[in-house]
Amino acid sequence: MQDVKYARASTIDQAIDLLSKGGPTARVLAGGTDIIVQARERRREVRLFVDIKPIPETQELRYDPDAGLTIGAATPCYRIYGDATVRRLYPALVEATSVIGGTAIQGRASLGGNLCNSGPAADSVPAMIVYHGVANIAGPKGRRQVPIEDFNTGPGRNVLDQGEFVVSLQFPSPAPNSGAAWQRFIPRNEMDIAVVNAASTVRLDGNTVGWARIAIGAVAPTCLLVKDAADALVGKPLTDATIKAAAEAAKDASRPIDDMRGSIRQRKHLVAVLVERTLLEAARRARGG
Amino acid sequence: MSDRIIIQATINGEEMEFLADERDSLLEALRERIGLTGTKECCNNGNCGACAVILDGRLVNSCCVMAAEVEGSQITTVEGLAQDGLTPLQQSFLEEAALQCGICTPGFLVSSTALLEKNPNPTEHEIRFWLSGNLCRCTGYDKIVRAVQSASQKMRGQ
Amino acid sequence: MVATKEKQFRVIGTRPIRHDGADKVTGRAQYGTDFRMTGMLFGRVKRSPHAHAIIKRIDASRALALHGVKAVITAADLPPPTVGGGGPGPGGGGGPQGARFQMENFMASKKALYIGHPVAAVCATDAHVAEDALALIDVEYEVLTPVLDVREAMAEGAPILHEDLRTRDASPLASEPPADKPTNVASHTQYKLGDIEKGFAEAEVILEREFTTSMFHQGYLEPTNGAAEWSKDGHLTLWNSSQGPHNFRTQLAQMFRIPLSKVTVVPMEIGGGFGGKLFMHVEPLAAVLAQKTGKAVKMIVTREEVFESGPTSGTYVRVKYGAKKDGTITAGQAYMAYEAGAFPGSPLSGGMNGVFGSYKIPNILIDGYDVVVNKPKSAAYRAPGTPAGTFAGESLLNEMAQRLDIDPMELRIKNAAKDGDDRPWGGKWGVIGNLQVMEAMKNHPHYTSELQGENRGRGVSMGYWSNAGGETSASASVNGDGTVQLVLGAVDVAGTRASTAMQLAETIGIAAEDIWPKVVDTDSVGFTLLTGGSRTTFASGWAAYELGMEIRKRMVERAARIWECDAAAVTYGDDGIIRGPNDSEGKERKLSFKEIAAQLGRTGGSIEVGANVNKQTVGPSFGGHIVDVEVDKDTGKVQILRYTAFQDAGRAIHPGYVESQIQGGAVQGIGMALTEDYYWGADGRMQNASFLDYRMPTALDVPMIDTVIIEVPNPGHPYGVRGVAEVCIVPPLAALQTAVAEATGIHFTQVPMSPRVILEALLKDGD
Repeated sequence: MQDVKYARASTIDQAIDLLSKGGPTARVLAGGTDIIVQARERRREVRLFVDIKPIPETQELRYDPDAGLTIGAATPCYRIYGDATVRRLYPALVEATSVIGGTAIQGRASLGGNLCNSGPAADSVPAMIVYHGVANIAGPKGRRQVPIEDFNTGPGRNVLDQGEFVVSLQFPSPAPNSGAAWQRFIPRNEMDIAVVNAASTVRLDGNTVGWARIAIGAVAPTCLLVKDAADALVGKPLTDATIKAAAEAAKDASRPIDDMRGSIRQRKHLVAVLVERTLLEAARRARGG
Repeated sequence: MSDRIIIQATINGEEMEFLADERDSLLEALRERIGLTGTKECCNNGNCGACAVILDGRLVNSCCVMAAEVEGSQITTVEGLAQDGLTPLQQSFLEEAALQCGICTPGFLVSSTALLEKNPNPTEHEIRFWLSGNLCRCTGYDKIVRAVQSASQKMRGQ
Repeated sequence: MVATKEKQFRVIGTRPIRHDGADKVTGRAQYGTDFRMTGMLFGRVKRSPHAHAIIKRIDASRALALHGVKAVITAADLPPPTVGGGGPGPGGGGGPQGARFQMENFMASKKALYIGHPVAAVCATDAHVAEDALALIDVEYEVLTPVLDVREAMAEGAPILHEDLRTRDASPLASEPPADKPTNVASHTQYKLGDIEKGFAEAEVILEREFTTSMFHQGYLEPTNGAAEWSKDGHLTLWNSSQGPHNFRTQLAQMFRIPLSKVTVVPMEIGGGFGGKLFMHVEPLAAVLAQKTGKAVKMIVTREEVFESGPTSGTYVRVKYGAKKDGTITAGQAYMAYEAGAFPGSPLSGGMNGVFGSYKIPNILIDGYDVVVNKPKSAAYRAPGTPAGTFAGESLLNEMAQRLDIDPMELRIKNAAKDGDDRPWGGKWGVIGNLQVMEAMKNHPHYTSELQGENRGRGVSMGYWSNAGGETSASASVNGDGTVQLVLGAVDVAGTRASTAMQLAETIGIAAEDIWPKVVDTDSVGFTLLTGGSRTTFASGWAAYELGMEIRKRMVERAARIWECDAAAVTYGDDGIIRGPNDSEGKERKLSFKEIAAQLGRTGGSIEVGANVNKQTVGPSFGGHIVDVEVDKDTGKVQILRYTAFQDAGRAIHPGYVESQIQGGAVQGIGMALTEDYYWGADGRMQNASFLDYRMPTALDVPMIDTVIIEVPNPGHPYGVRGVAEVCIVPPLAALQTAVAEATGIHFTQVPMSPRVILEALLKDGD
């Protein structure tokens, strides 16, 4: 392990102070399942872990119909997918958090960590995007909110300034007659980084699509919210043809690379497959299935 | 410069105070500083489950936890599973021949203990899903799954 | 489930709890990586970041200046290699440069030949400090072009790894002296039977295909390790997870030019080996660092480094079958090129034996090439070399069955090698269970049931492994309460402590639980060959049998003393009851083992016996697997629906552990076939050196593995034992290849058949 120190923050202001003074090599420590490994393998320079878990706002998990769902940035996955309200109202979040890294990882790993690690294949990000998620950020200059789809700017990079950190993630109440779904493709049945992941939400007015949001991950430097795919559906009936058109639009928007986890050809094909499959499931849920 | 730190935690029911390095993981502290070598180090990046412990009631990979984080926490390792003799799970692992080299066994026992506490009657799929973060290279998992099923039956009085 | 059984045994065939079980389920067992000693130093290895480079200069001054660092060593600090001979390696690896190559692999002196090749080592008072010191060891390289593909390495103009390597041609046709030109082809071996031209001329159908297999890692969960300490009078002690403590002792004694009696190797529990821990990795470095510092030094090896240590060979195999329309195979030909890694010694012979191993083919020609490339030196991995060769042979044989429209098991039975048939590498088969395994497969409900549903397929494959015997030592002593100490030289990787104790228990008629088996250090037991080749239950069992027979003899003598009669009038029953001549009242005299044990003290003292066996009467093992799969054509993902593994165990001493071996080997083979791979960058770096991206099957990836144990006892063993540990990894590759072929219509010729490979083959142009 590289030469790293540890500090505990009990309040938001304490965390801001530690992160500001610590400079770029001070990193938030939430679940630690990414950052501790990166520090050990010297893939990121880390001189100070700022443990935010003691801060109450980072451990919240509450819902009300007006404010929607607020999840503290350090809340571990197992609390998220174990919550009855989340299971009922945000099934795509449950789908994603249930498979990140295996049971023991889920005992610690958080949405805040998954987002701020800024990995292109982050499993929770497509689900957070299609649920209109925003990141509640605190920093030396005060508070701000950034939509999840705008948060990451490249592999390992995001919009946080020095001293800032994500306190919580917030999602509006799901609209009536809407449904969402999330899927990923991996070579084994668990434990792998996604070759491609995707999430879709649709709102149905009868059989017509009122609106849709489709996000695809691991096929660009950041997770993509594909407007063209949504446009292929909005105002139209949900049929094999319109679903296929949305899937093709998502495929066209994707910019995957060849690497040890997948090839361009494979990933492009999988984008279409996963968008199709998540749209069908989202529609089923929208209809109350 | 990382420092030496003093940690107070309850490990296997025993209140302990130990010296660690600020850059030690919980796994390293358990094995190197405290001398509890039952928890194993096999990948050091959260991908094999051999280092699994129960931390404040939750199954975690101890290689992904810093020693400094466990101040005031409760930790259960494989050494602390059994109070009097062997637990039904430990006994089942032996009866079902669910280990060969045994290096993954502590991790599997801690994980399975956590599973049966949460879900006393898991299906085969649920067992395999819960244990997918524990790698075994010797057994092909068949007898491990059977051992968990057998223990679950015993513990439900069947 | 067991197919045949003759004699009724008391202990053999039961499932006692293993003697080391309680310690292993409570975290009490001490593995090599658990070793600790007060005041010990922690060692790390500095490894080459280049696949092929000249080492120009190593400057350790910055590392030595770091507080806590105690020593840095380079190849100059290692003892010079001994002359000639050479360390063991799968497939040989000896030759005139053998010992020098072995030392060069421990630490490079002039050239780094693979990414991961050790170039220096450091030790410090703390593990973190040792790791910090690595970056402070400055190494200057002149980078050379690497060669990373076996066929490229064989071609003219390929970058040469060893200027002094010449091809050792072991083929019968080698009449000229070998060309005196540097080459990467370390050896050429040939098997020849009959007349291959004639064989193909007689054939009515000929099929030929090229196959490739990736490099794979054994994937033992416990990293390689070693801790060493020297006494002040030059006695070296090594603690580690080793599959061969006596072999390591021999090598270390040779290396340091000290007597064998001045080296002690203490085998700790071993967290998996599969052949990868048959040979030393960091142990010599620990010994040199310990010598230099006067302290105990424990080497730490990370998972990434483990992947750079001793995987099995990637291969290129071209196989050709000729057959008559009625299914008679008339000819089998194979061209096999194996990557040895940076130094010679790939497990080529395993592949050459396995490609046609299960069949009687009158005309055979197999040419095998051991080739060096700029990748980690290969080490043994469970039936070394055999999965690759068998993948090619059995996949093509299934295709031949399809072409001839003959049932795949019928085709195999028709051509099955039987007792007394010629073997491709010479000699004849003894008593084998090949046909019995085939028949069991053919008649099993898994095979006879219809596989319904779309995108589904079924495949079968046979497998063969020779097993091994070899020098094995053990001793036993009888305690006054009738329990027995059993002292073993053979390392227990998976349960042989128990299976050996069971064979001793069977021989003397006591319970397995009354024996305490212990694997001991090299001071405490005679030379014992490494635990590998599936030899331990066979060889240790032979030793146990001889120990048992000697104990019986001596117990008879003691009874005779007690009864004051002639020893010839006393009989030792298999039930552990010793019976003597009737007493003066005509009553039968008998004493139990325990009762005589209680009187050892007054009848002459302790009974302690030793056995040193070296049996070559090994029984080879044949196996076969059946697998059903479903392929998701949209993603290329293969799901295994059903898996049944059949194997001739000779005699299953502890059926639970035999089943477990079969299941474990099958799942390793499944990993090779579907998800495991070495992803090489153009620079020769393994890009996926972690359990995240080196994808071994998890519990969620495989179903229950049903096992069928067939018993065709080996006449060369008192209990009929055949080794079981290795055959089981051989059949999965071709069985899955054929199942996927049936499901998709595509005959894949490479493993892994990853989802990417399958999907891209399924996609039409333009997708």
